[in-house]
Amino acid sequence: MYKVTIGLEVHCELDSNSKVFSPSINGYTENPNSHLAYQDLGFPGILPIANEEAWKRALKVSMAMNCTTPDVVLFDRKNYYYPDLPKGYQITQMTKPVGINGYVDIDVNGEIKKVLIHDTHLEEDTASLDHYDTYSLIDYNRACVPLLETVTEPCLHSKEEALTFLETYRSLIVYCGVSEASSVGGQGGCGVGVSLSVAGELGTKVEMKNINSFYNVGRAIDYEIERQTEILQRGEKVEQETRRFDDETGETFKMRDKADAVDYKYFIEPNIPPIKVTDEMLDEIRKTIPMLQLERKQKYMNDFGLSEYDSEVLVKVKENSDFFQECVDKGADPKKACNWVTGMLMGYLNENEIKIEDIPVKPIMIKELIDLVDNKTISSKQAKEVFECMIEEGKEPNVIVKEKGMMQITDDAAIHDVVMEVLKENDEQAKEYNPEKTRMIDFFVGQVMKKTRGKANPAKTMEILREELAKYNK
Amino acid sequence: MNYLDRSLEEIHTALKEGKVTSSDLTKEALKRAHDAQEELNSFVTILDDAKESEVTDNVLSGIPCAIKDNFSTKGILTTASSNILSDYVPVFDATAVKKLKDAGMVMIGKTVLDELAMGGTGTTGHTGIVRNPWDPTRLIGGSSAGSAAAVARGIVPYALGSDTGDSIRKPAGYGGIVGYKPTYGLVSRWGLFAFASSLDHVGCFAKYVKDVAHVMDNIKGIDINDMTSFDSSDIKFVESLDKNVKGRKLFYIKEIVDELKDDKKYYDNFLKVLDYCKELGIEVKEESIDKKVLNGIYPSYMAISCAEATSNNSNLTGIPFGNRKEGHSVDEVMINTRTEGFSELIRRRFVIGSFILQKENQEKLFKNAQRIRRLVVDKMTELFETYDGCIMPNAGSIAPRFDDEMDRLSEKYLLLENHLAIGNFGGFPSITIPSGLIDNMPVAINITGPIKTDDIVCNIANKLEEKIGFTPLSLKEEK
Repeated sequence: MYKVTIGLEVHCELDSNSKVFSPSINGYTENPNSHLAYQDLGFPGILPIANEEAWKRALKVSMAMNCTTPDVVLFDRKNYYYPDLPKGYQITQMTKPVGINGYVDIDVNGEIKKVLIHDTHLEEDTASLDHYDTYSLIDYNRACVPLLETVTEPCLHSKEEALTFLETYRSLIVYCGVSEASSVGGQGGCGVGVSLSVAGELGTKVEMKNINSFYNVGRAIDYEIERQTEILQRGEKVEQETRRFDDETGETFKMRDKADAVDYKYFIEPNIPPIKVTDEMLDEIRKTIPMLQLERKQKYMNDFGLSEYDSEVLVKVKENSDFFQECVDKGADPKKACNWVTGMLMGYLNENEIKIEDIPVKPIMIKELIDLVDNKTISSKQAKEVFECMIEEGKEPNVIVKEKGMMQITDDAAIHDVVMEVLKENDEQAKEYNPEKTRMIDFFVGQVMKKTRGKANPAKTMEILREELAKYNK
Repeated sequence: MNYLDRSLEEIHTALKEGKVTSSDLTKEALKRAHDAQEELNSFVTILDDAKESEVTDNVLSGIPCAIKDNFSTKGILTTASSNILSDYVPVFDATAVKKLKDAGMVMIGKTVLDELAMGGTGTTGHTGIVRNPWDPTRLIGGSSAGSAAAVARGIVPYALGSDTGDSIRKPAGYGGIVGYKPTYGLVSRWGLFAFASSLDHVGCFAKYVKDVAHVMDNIKGIDINDMTSFDSSDIKFVESLDKNVKGRKLFYIKEIVDELKDDKKYYDNFLKVLDYCKELGIEVKEESIDKKVLNGIYPSYMAISCAEATSNNSNLTGIPFGNRKEGHSVDEVMINTRTEGFSELIRRRFVIGSFILQKENQEKLFKNAQRIRRLVVDKMTELFETYDGCIMPNAGSIAPRFDDEMDRLSEKYLLLENHLAIGNFGGFPSITIPSGLIDNMPVAINITGPIKTDDIVCNIANKLEEKIGFTPLSLKEEK
């Protein structure tokens, strides 16, 4: 068998108030060529304006990946001609990326693996092209949108590891709040390098660019492993080259070999003076980095004793995890809070296809609800009714319980009175009582509940009934 | 004497007092522009529909001016004197232009430059060569050729230019006028068609230092659209002009001035200026800089400027900008557009720039050029700790004839004709003022100071100008 080595590049468009080097809107629109500034079109006489929000967000991701940050934010020009590149150069980072030499922990079937990050750098996106039979259309809305490119070391050794890294990276981006999940790796956003080696020897790297989904990254890796294995088994050598992945056939095709590599003639962008990165600035950014997905999952399992399955369900969406954490912070028992959040609450969200931010339920309400059951004010069956009302109307559980008159009767004397009343009214049945026949006791419980309109604590009712029925026939 | 030939303050006073109107001045400037166009070819576009503008308290209000044709002017053809942009009408104003508009200027035309501002002769614009008003058989120099010729001829009292190596100061010297290149970042470059971004400066021409000062006070300032611009509210040009310069210290670079010594007329002219300095109480000393470093200025300038230029002009592919030439593929469209759109000289610069930036050449050519640039700037900065500025002959000769050949590899050429790029290397404020006539042609001196001392540099130049008492061509002809 050959040892597989994989390196990845992932692109991610960052959210920001405006584009990375121009003042136009960075956002979705149906109208082509409507989010434009002079810079986006490469007008003669334009100058770039580096967007502080964008480079700070890039630094945030860099720090979340444990990268070394630079002393200054600096940009370079990558020079090449292509119709989607209006200026004829792309402003990117080569000399001093926002992050180098970092790592991201991933969980591959319960085993934690460190994925080494070579670098992460901020650049501007290109315009988008639509090709037709005899012409092409250019939409410049995407031009100059902030794009973060993260490059791993060739340290992944299976498709599964590669895909786990991509998923983990996607969650890191979303957890950091710098972009939407759909912006990570989509639309030509992934590059993959695959090499196969026999023990001890280094393999030859084959690169594939512009792969448009994680799923296709997996297919491309599968195909390349198979293709390269066949070559090696025939005793031939794998060529160092760049290949194109065809998502219809799932095959890869040669694009260019090493000798044709483009020289991008990088040089430092002269129009953006180096921006000093201070310790205060980094501290401010660090404060905004939340605990990431894997760490949360481990915490839920180890500290809260939740199952792996529940923990995974909770951390899947950061807002749900935040909600759960706040329930715990407010004093709710983690397991009970987990049951409510992963059960009724997320069930409701899924059913209605809405997000946790869209419902009026607050973590403190979950805590109150748990308390109401714990101190036996309401039964767990009633709690479900309260929850439904809470999620529909946004009222606090205490208010709902009061309004619906749901307070359980837990007072022994009060229940005793009702029990005696019921026995008297059903003298005949009471006399026929036989502890062996469970259906008979159910009848009496039902009568008590009827009289108390369900408020009597069922366990207590049962206990008192047994006692009194036993006495009744003596 | 026509009011148009007076100083800006005199014109302003006359406008205020109603002795002349903005409309009169505009008509006169347009007439002069047309009259001189066949001989000088200063303009790419003469704006015949230029309208008078309201006279306010701003000294520039109501007064005509000309703008180099590489400044973006909203709704007005801007060609950079290149075929590739021969039909380009911008949709926004350069910041410097907008500031002049706000000041109430009357733009009467866009002036010819060396194609894309690359060149120092004024002979490579797509509309033909620009001639020197002092002697039409001579060049005016470039790249801001048309602006220099228009001011020297007296068509307009001042004009905007841009300066990447010496593109304002060289032609100013050949034309017997004042040319100023401020500290890098003092004037926003937004809307100036980029040649070499790290060396490009916006500046101006006028007959007098004081006129330059008025223009600079109006166009300077921090600009959100130019990240290299800075707040210069503490630099006041006009206010500082009359300060006493006694006790100021200047130096000249021995190795460069030595090249002038075998040409007595030129050397004497320079010594005369040094005498004036002494009379003003300015101390002038000789300083030495390693000749190897000085000889590296021109090649480094070429390397850096060509490298940046090839990138800066990569938008001119016929896809977003540039007159598109058809082809069977996108690559062919871009190749045809650029091949037909740029002259051979420009293509040569792009090839050189591209070569210099290639991975295998970067270290030896591009990085070394930057190291020389750094050495020059560090040495000057060190000298500026002792001195207020460096005073030098502006060039090695009067304006050459069109057919004059210069030996570009001689040390005289390398040093005397190219030392002004020091000002661009360091972003130093640098002013050229006329220092007299040789063979009936103007010669000039240049003063370059430490960054952000624009006011002091202009102050010294203003005092020297009074001593020298040079008469501009346009006033000479009046007499």
